[in-house]
Amino acid sequence: MTASSNASLRAFLHGLPGVDRVGADARAAMLSTRSIKTSAKRQAIDMAISMVDLTTLEGADTRGKVRAMCAKAVHPDPADPTVPSVAAVCVYPDLVAEARDVVGSSGVKVASVATAFPSGRSTLEVKVSDTAFAVAAGADEIDMVIDRGAFLSGDYLKVFEEIQAVKAACGEAHLKVILETGELATYDNVRRASWLAMLAGGDFIKTSTGKVQPAATLPVTLVMLEAVRDFLAVEGRKVGVKPAGGIRTTKDAIKMLVLVNETAGPDWLDPDWFRLGASSVLNDLLMQRQKLTTGRYAGPDYFTLD
Amino acid sequence: MSERLSVRKTYKLYIGGAFPRSESGRSYAVTGAKGEFLANASKASRKDLRDAVTAARKAFPGWSSATAYNRGQILYRIAEMLEGRRAQFVSEVAEADGVSGKKAGELVDAAVDRLVWYAGWSDKITSLRGSANPVAGPYFNLSTPEPTGVVGIVAPPMGPLFGLVSVIAPVIVTGNTCVVIASERAPLPSITLAEVLATSDLPGGVVNILTGSAAEMAPWMAGHMDVNGLDLTGADAELAQKCEELAAENLKRVLRPGGKTDWAADPGTARMTAFLETKTVWHPIGI
Repeated sequence: MTASSNASLRAFLHGLPGVDRVGADARAAMLSTRSIKTSAKRQAIDMAISMVDLTTLEGADTRGKVRAMCAKAVHPDPADPTVPSVAAVCVYPDLVAEARDVVGSSGVKVASVATAFPSGRSTLEVKVSDTAFAVAAGADEIDMVIDRGAFLSGDYLKVFEEIQAVKAACGEAHLKVILETGELATYDNVRRASWLAMLAGGDFIKTSTGKVQPAATLPVTLVMLEAVRDFLAVEGRKVGVKPAGGIRTTKDAIKMLVLVNETAGPDWLDPDWFRLGASSVLNDLLMQRQKLTTGRYAGPDYFTLD
Repeated sequence: MSERLSVRKTYKLYIGGAFPRSESGRSYAVTGAKGEFLANASKASRKDLRDAVTAARKAFPGWSSATAYNRGQILYRIAEMLEGRRAQFVSEVAEADGVSGKKAGELVDAAVDRLVWYAGWSDKITSLRGSANPVAGPYFNLSTPEPTGVVGIVAPPMGPLFGLVSVIAPVIVTGNTCVVIASERAPLPSITLAEVLATSDLPGGVVNILTGSAAEMAPWMAGHMDVNGLDLTGADAELAQKCEELAAENLKRVLRPGGKTDWAADPGTARMTAFLETKTVWHPIGI
C-alpha cells in the first residue's frame, strides 16, 4: 500500500469492510458480562495497574502536581511494595523535564502530548516543533492528535503526511496517534482512521484526548483492536492500542482486558502493546487490590487525592 | 365480571434514593407475628452494602453542609409524610408485631412525635455541645460539634417502625448520612418508611435501607474503611463483639447495644452526641 495521492488513500480506506455497528455494540456488551473473580481478578488488577498511563492534562497543572503524580506512578501504594509501577506518566510538553526528573531510571516512561493538543488546530511547523521540544525534554513517548477536520472532509493525505512528519520528529520516541473517536461519528471512520494512523507509521493508536465525550467506549476499542490484529496479519507490523478517557473503575479496566484477550489476543496483554489512559482508575484499582489483600472494603480516605 | 386481581407491593431495597432489587437476586419470606406469610423481602448482599456506603458517602458533603435549619425542616417534613400514611403504617406494624390496631396506632404516633422532637434539635445541638473556651492567649477559641460521616446502623429487631425512626433520626439530624440494616424479622415497615423518606425532600443517599441478614452484612459494614461510625443497637452480643473488633481497624465510633431499650422513654441527646466530633478553632485576635 503506497500513499502517493489522496485518491489512492481514499480508495484503500473506503475499500475496508464496513463495521456492523449493532454487531460491534452487542459483542462488546456480551464480553463485558464476563465475571472475573478471586485470583484471576487479582492478576487482572495488577496487570491493569502496570498498563496505566497516569495522566494529568489540565490547564492548572503545576510542577508540584506533576512531581506528586510521578512519585505515585513509581510507587502507586507506598505501603505495599508488591504493587507494580504504572507504565507511564502523561503530561504536557513543558512539564516533561519535571516528570523525567522524578521517574528517573524507575522504568516508568514519560509520555507527552504534542501537536497542539487537544484540538490539533495549528500549522505543521508548530506541531513538529512541539514534538521536537517534548522529545528534547526527555519524553519516551509522544501522543499526537490527528487533524479531525481534515480527516472528516476527506483530506486523508494531509493527515497521513502530518503523522509521518511527526513520526520523523519523534526519532527514538514512540508515537501514539490519538484518533479522537468521539468526533469521528461512525465506527467505519474509526476503522479508517486506525488504518491511516498505522500506515503512516504510528506505534500506538489511541482513542481519545479525554477532552471530548464519549471517550474510550468498549465498541470503539473493539474496532481498534480488530484493526491492529488485521494490520499485523496484512502488513506484518504490530501496533499497540490505548483507550483513554472515561475509564474510572476497576470493572471498566477489567472489561478492557477481556476485550483485548478476546479480540487482538493475549499477545497484546502487555504494557508494551496495551495501555489504559486514565487517572482516577488507579485509586479504584488500588482500593480493590487492598480489598483482596485485607478482606475488608477499602475507603478513599486512605489513598491520595489527585 | 371477573373478580379484580389484588395488586401486591414488591418490597425492594433503598439505596441512593432509588429502590433497586438486591444485586444478588435473593429474597426471603417475611412472616407476621403468628407465623402467617406477609410478603417476600429482598435479601441484600455485601455488594448492596458496598453500594449503599458509596451512596451515603456521596450524599455526605451536601447533607452535612446544609444548614441546621434546613435539616430540621426536612425531618419535620418526614414526620408530616409519615402522618399522611398513618393508616398504612398502622396495619403494617400491627401485622409485624401482632399488636392490636389501637396499640399499633400509638406506636406510629410515637414515631411521628419522635421525628418532630429530633427535628427541633437540629439547630440547638450546636449550642449544647459547642463552647467558647477561655484560653491564655490572644485568641477566640471556639469548639463546635461536627458530624462524623457515614454511620452504619444495625436497627433493633423489635419496634420495626418506632425503633427504626428512633435510631435513624438522631444520626441524620446532625448531618451524618447512614446505611441501615433493617430488622430481619420485620423489615416491611422499613421499606414503607423508605417511600416516605424518598418523598420528603431528603436528598437521595442520606438514608439507605437494606433488608436481609444482619449477621451476614454487619461484619462487612464494621470492617468497611469508608464507614466512620457504627450503631450496634440491634446486634446481639456475639455479633456486636465481632463488629466492634472489626470496627477498631479505622477507629470507628461505636455505639454499643445497651440491652433492652425502652423506646418510649425520653431518649436524651446520647444518640446524637455519639456520632458528633468536636472541632476546635483558634482565631487570632488583633491581626
